[in-house]
Amino acid sequence: MLGFIIQRILQASVVMAVMSVIVFVGVYAIGNPVEIIIPPDATQEIRAEVIRRLGLDLPLWEQYFIFVANLVQGDFGRSFIYNVPVLELIAGRLPATLELVLISIVSATVLGVGLGIYAGYRPDSWISKTIMAVSVLGFSVPSFWVGLILILTFAVNLGWLPAGSRGQVVTVLGVEWSFLTLDGLSHILLPALNLAFFKLAMMIRLARAGTREIMLTDTIKFARAAGISEGRILRRHVLKLISIPIVTVFGLELGSTLAFAVVTETIFSWPGVGKLIIDSITVLDRPVMVAYLILIALLFVLINLTVDVVYALIDPRIRTRGA
Amino acid sequence: MTAVLEVRDLCTHFDTRDGVVKAVDGVSFTLHPGEIIGLVGESGSGKSVTGFSLLGLVDQPGRIVGGSIRLNGTELVGLSGKELRRRRGREIAMVFQDPIATLNPLLTIRQQMFMALEAHRRLSAEAMEARCVEMLQKVGLPEPAARLNAYPHQFSGGMRQRVAIAIALLHDPAVVVADEPTTALDVSIQSQILYEMRALAKQTGTAMIWISHDLATVSSLASRLLVMYAGRVVEEGPVARVLRDPRHPYTKGLIASLPATARPGAALVQIPGTTPSLLSLPPGCAFAPRCPHADPACQAEPPREQNAERMWRCHHPLNLAGAGA
Amino acid sequence: MSTLQSPVQSPLRRFWSEYCENRIAVIALAVAILMALLALLAPFIVPQDPYDLEHLSFLDARRPPGFVGSGGYTHLLGTDPQGRDLLSAILYGLRISIMIGLTAGAVGLVLGTSVGIFAAYKGGRIEAALMRVIDLQLSFPPILLALILVALLGQGKGQLIAALVAAQYAYFARTAYGAARGERHKEYIEAALATPLSSAQVVLRHLLPNCLPPLIVVATVQIAYAISLEATLSFLGLGLPVTEPSLGMLISNGFPYMMSGRYWISVYPGVALIILIIAINLVGDQIRDQFNPRLRK
Repeated sequence: MLGFIIQRILQASVVMAVMSVIVFVGVYAIGNPVEIIIPPDATQEIRAEVIRRLGLDLPLWEQYFIFVANLVQGDFGRSFIYNVPVLELIAGRLPATLELVLISIVSATVLGVGLGIYAGYRPDSWISKTIMAVSVLGFSVPSFWVGLILILTFAVNLGWLPAGSRGQVVTVLGVEWSFLTLDGLSHILLPALNLAFFKLAMMIRLARAGTREIMLTDTIKFARAAGISEGRILRRHVLKLISIPIVTVFGLELGSTLAFAVVTETIFSWPGVGKLIIDSITVLDRPVMVAYLILIALLFVLINLTVDVVYALIDPRIRTRGA
Repeated sequence: MTAVLEVRDLCTHFDTRDGVVKAVDGVSFTLHPGEIIGLVGESGSGKSVTGFSLLGLVDQPGRIVGGSIRLNGTELVGLSGKELRRRRGREIAMVFQDPIATLNPLLTIRQQMFMALEAHRRLSAEAMEARCVEMLQKVGLPEPAARLNAYPHQFSGGMRQRVAIAIALLHDPAVVVADEPTTALDVSIQSQILYEMRALAKQTGTAMIWISHDLATVSSLASRLLVMYAGRVVEEGPVARVLRDPRHPYTKGLIASLPATARPGAALVQIPGTTPSLLSLPPGCAFAPRCPHADPACQAEPPREQNAERMWRCHHPLNLAGAGA
Repeated sequence: MSTLQSPVQSPLRRFWSEYCENRIAVIALAVAILMALLALLAPFIVPQDPYDLEHLSFLDARRPPGFVGSGGYTHLLGTDPQGRDLLSAILYGLRISIMIGLTAGAVGLVLGTSVGIFAAYKGGRIEAALMRVIDLQLSFPPILLALILVALLGQGKGQLIAALVAAQYAYFARTAYGAARGERHKEYIEAALATPLSSAQVVLRHLLPNCLPPLIVVATVQIAYAISLEATLSFLGLGLPVTEPSLGMLISNGFPYMMSGRYWISVYPGVALIILIIAINLVGDQIRDQFNPRLRK
């Protein structure tokens, strides 16, 4: 088990190294932030000064090594626009995004797996058909549109819930959280619903497809032949067997939910990392973009690592093979 | 001796988009306690569907459309799902072909055996453990107590099949349906398991229906033989007599294609042609297009003929005079 | 059951008759085709050319559905913030959305399939390296990839399509690779390779046809996804230039007015977008189910 984890960590480090090069070159090779940061009427001297200060006059590879050297020390550089350390900037926005993403994906998974198993178990019942219709909707309708409709319905027409911002927050462990206050919860409900909708559809589909396949296997037939009740077959056999794809997708979707948070945060003016990156892209704030991408890549690698380990915990076959 | 299982005119049909498939079409037989009967036929002959019908486990879109299945005197056809479930595993159990597919790879042997026990009985953990160890020992698994915590993938195919058999026999069922349980195994393991199954059946009085496409395996195990073709039993009788003088040309063809019956050096005899599509069966005898004895009479439904110990359906039965039936 | 054989029927006809059994899928296909036709014929059927800025009047802006504008005709779906007839703008937007979706889907299909089949055909280290890259990319959310690329490449039709292709080709590559690899090791391919057929012929005649069914399914899904992704990017202001308003941009333009109850500016383009995407996805779903042998009765 330990050898297995070490092997995965090594792989992850290689991936991170490659990612850092790709991201750096990708972001730095194209576009010129100087045009955006410096007013067009600035003098030649000011231009040169700014370029020198930002290190933009050095060759690309030298910029990269400075970047990596700083990175290792935890220094992601300073934002061109806000003129504060990027890490600080992102760390300040991260809790808002994390609470939104986690609430969304956890509720989507729990609900989606339950509904999906039912729909896969009774594919022809009208309840299943309704579930699947909802899932087709969730899968097809672009996330931003769901957000608009939620605002139009619950904020504009009904006036039940607020349409933006985090609401009242409490500070726990030095970080501000919305979900701990009633007002904060009312603010997080719509964006979380928005973000969860697509994931819900995805989980329903996955659980349904898995259940349908599993129900046809000899494992289930054999369990039925032994007289085991349908409820126990679903709870013990099916749930366990679909947990492997669910865990994988949960991991992958955690990352993509973070990505989709970009859209949701923009619509609901949720002050998280996603809104930050959109703003940074429009003004070509390179250090923020690079830091965001590197952190996202790191997150993906960590998620994949965790998924691999959880896999091994669920599936005894991998556990013994990897050791 | 009263029969433990009596099947009369069992019909299981599948409604497909292309028409009705009569996978099992009027199958009848009787099974006595401790008896092993062999159900033989090519793939698609309906032998597996017969087995699943007995447990009420026919997959959609199939369903039992007629006939009767009496298990220990109770009629199973038309019973509610709940009532059927109460009997599955306790009175009638089943072993499948591929032990790799039947056991759940993510659960330990203990978890799977406990689940099967809890399906019908409330026992303490110690009692369940003792029962599992006892059964594993009976099916010839070495060190059963230690093996309970293992996962299926840590076992060989033969051992997994032993575990599956142990699960099927946990409640000492009156009838076990064995659907080609040794086909996926090595030949050496096959004969071991065959031997042990026979010993177990004798010991516990469990009757068995052994489904196989392999006439050789079945004849070494069963006392009676049912030969199925295109959803029907075309011949039935004691193994030795059916093998010695088959009445139906199809049975004869099966026997002739056995490697053991061929003379050394001679080519194996094959039955010409292939199994017909169950959607477009020829009128009358379904075997007629492949039969060397077929004539226009075979266009009509073959009569069911019977004597004290044998049954056959053929217009031109073989060996009638020679066998003195 | 291997013994079940249907009466002889060409596979395509059989596929079509099976398809027709699902009424919803048939309706979806009809809707998708209708919308494509509307988009194609937009210049001939719209009441007003939405790009003709000279005939726009700010007096007509943000009017509700049914308003009779200065042009003298009724704006069935109302007007947008520039005073454009919304119905005309939607049809032109549909045109752009479908065009982008189809182009991105087609380029992604060709590129991805080539990479996937190439990897499966070559084997060895090339296969391992290529698929490693593909897998890595697949674990990255396409929307993020597209977002970054659009940000870097700048705005424009070509840039947008490039970003969509880059975000999506990996799905085609993975699918083609999976199908081709399964076939690659089958005996008939080995046999075909042993004959003096050129390797290009083997790929074209044997590998490609076997990859087609899963690729068709992926293509429908990806076209719908490209349309959705383009709309999302445009909504975020990172898509097409303002001169070419796709459906996403129409929705984005109307968003600020939604709070004041002028819902139609965003809602109607959105409805058009969603009907289109759902229709394509339903068609894809049905094809997928028909290709899945395990679900067939």
